[in-house]
Amino acid sequence: MTDQFLFSLISGIFIGGAAGYLGSLMLTKRMALVGDALGHVALPGMGLALLLGLDVSLGAFVFLLLGIFLIWLLEIKTSLPTEALVGVIFVASLAVGFLIVPELELLEALFGDISKVSFGTAAVSAVLSVAIFLVIGRIYPKMILAGISSDLAKSEGINVKRQNFVYLLLIALMVALGVKIVGSLLVGALVIIPAATARNLSKTLKGYYMGSIIFGVLSCLFGSLLFKFTGLPAGPVIILTSTFFFLVSLILKR
Amino acid sequence: MENGIVLKVENLSVELEKEKILENLSFEVKEGEVLTILGPNGAGKTVLLKTLLGILPFRGKVEWASGVKLSYVPQRLPFIKDIPMSVQEFFGLKGALRSGIKEILDSIGLEEDILRKKIGDLSSGQFQRILIGWALVSNPSVLLFDEPMTGIDIGGQESVYELLEKLKKERNLTILLVTHDLSVVYELATRCLCLNKKMLCYSVPKELTAERLSQLYGGEIKLYQHSHD
Repeated sequence: MTDQFLFSLISGIFIGGAAGYLGSLMLTKRMALVGDALGHVALPGMGLALLLGLDVSLGAFVFLLLGIFLIWLLEIKTSLPTEALVGVIFVASLAVGFLIVPELELLEALFGDISKVSFGTAAVSAVLSVAIFLVIGRIYPKMILAGISSDLAKSEGINVKRQNFVYLLLIALMVALGVKIVGSLLVGALVIIPAATARNLSKTLKGYYMGSIIFGVLSCLFGSLLFKFTGLPAGPVIILTSTFFFLVSLILKR
Repeated sequence: MENGIVLKVENLSVELEKEKILENLSFEVKEGEVLTILGPNGAGKTVLLKTLLGILPFRGKVEWASGVKLSYVPQRLPFIKDIPMSVQEFFGLKGALRSGIKEILDSIGLEEDILRKKIGDLSSGQFQRILIGWALVSNPSVLLFDEPMTGIDIGGQESVYELLEKLKKERNLTILLVTHDLSVVYELATRCLCLNKKMLCYSVPKELTAERLSQLYGGEIKLYQHSHD
């Protein structure tokens, strides 16, 4: 096993686990598509970063913040439903991103490339994933309550807007990290599928979020190993591994 | 605030998205009262409860006595069944300790083994009891209750209202209750407030006449007043 592959595995495991944990909140918020949309919003940022020779995650993160701000602004200025706004920004970003990203790097931006993960990237991914973990842990009960009913949460004195804002920031950070592993098209799946799998199999909240984390980690681990032994593109293989677990969970659920 | 008064509302108006929902409500609630809020669909009953809880913006005055602890029992929680969660974990969201939960389960007439059940697997009656129990966790002095499920069997012998009456006595509660069920008004309420954006009546239940009700509901209502000894 080369050092480089080890770095890929380490980033994958940390990012996969954090993505799964975050995803377990996304289903309850019915926000599953937001993660998907934000992956696309990241694309123009990744393109600019590639043109300027910067880290793609950095470019992605800046554009994600812009995207979130834009959605928030449009939500206030118009009375359109959030889903419609997210949809518009999602497609527009994809189009702009497609024009900006250099052709040679387009596939990497869309589907990820773990063969470029360096020691530095692995270390930063691990540290940021742990940070995401800790923050999710802090807001988890409040977010679950807000997911059940924002009125009930507010009546308990929870500042739902602030929690949602923190949550969106976490998603932005997660997506920025995740695009390196599976690319902007698939990063939403990295977040959503492990949680969907765990939900099929769990009866308790603890089982649900632990399951989400474990399936996130296992998908990245086995996906990366499959990539190593078959040479197939890592991003799609990771997501297909995750999808495989989901299908098994559907069968076990019955 | 004067002695024994828990809530004082003066000239309360609520406007949501430029639509007037409530206009100029004034009333007060005394300690230990059961105030029922009656009105047709869209009358603003739930909005009134949420405003009193401090969730919605309003004009006018809403003043709670100092030290009053509020708890809210929402009408429905449609999303809760999407989340895998045991009853114990649901109580845990409110920070309830196991010993506290046990006492509450006794109060609402449920056995301890229900804690291990998944929320989504509860019957609607059990769920209604759990919602009430959940509201009791913080040891509130006032319960704001939005439209209890009427006509359902909540298990055991007692109705939701008998349970509420018992809890009210046990825990010295003041209750504000939104309902459609007129029998509650006569059995449980000490005061009632009829609402259709404006306040149409504010009285003791006995004064709630058929004319008043038909005015409130648009003449479509039949009234069966139970006789009480």
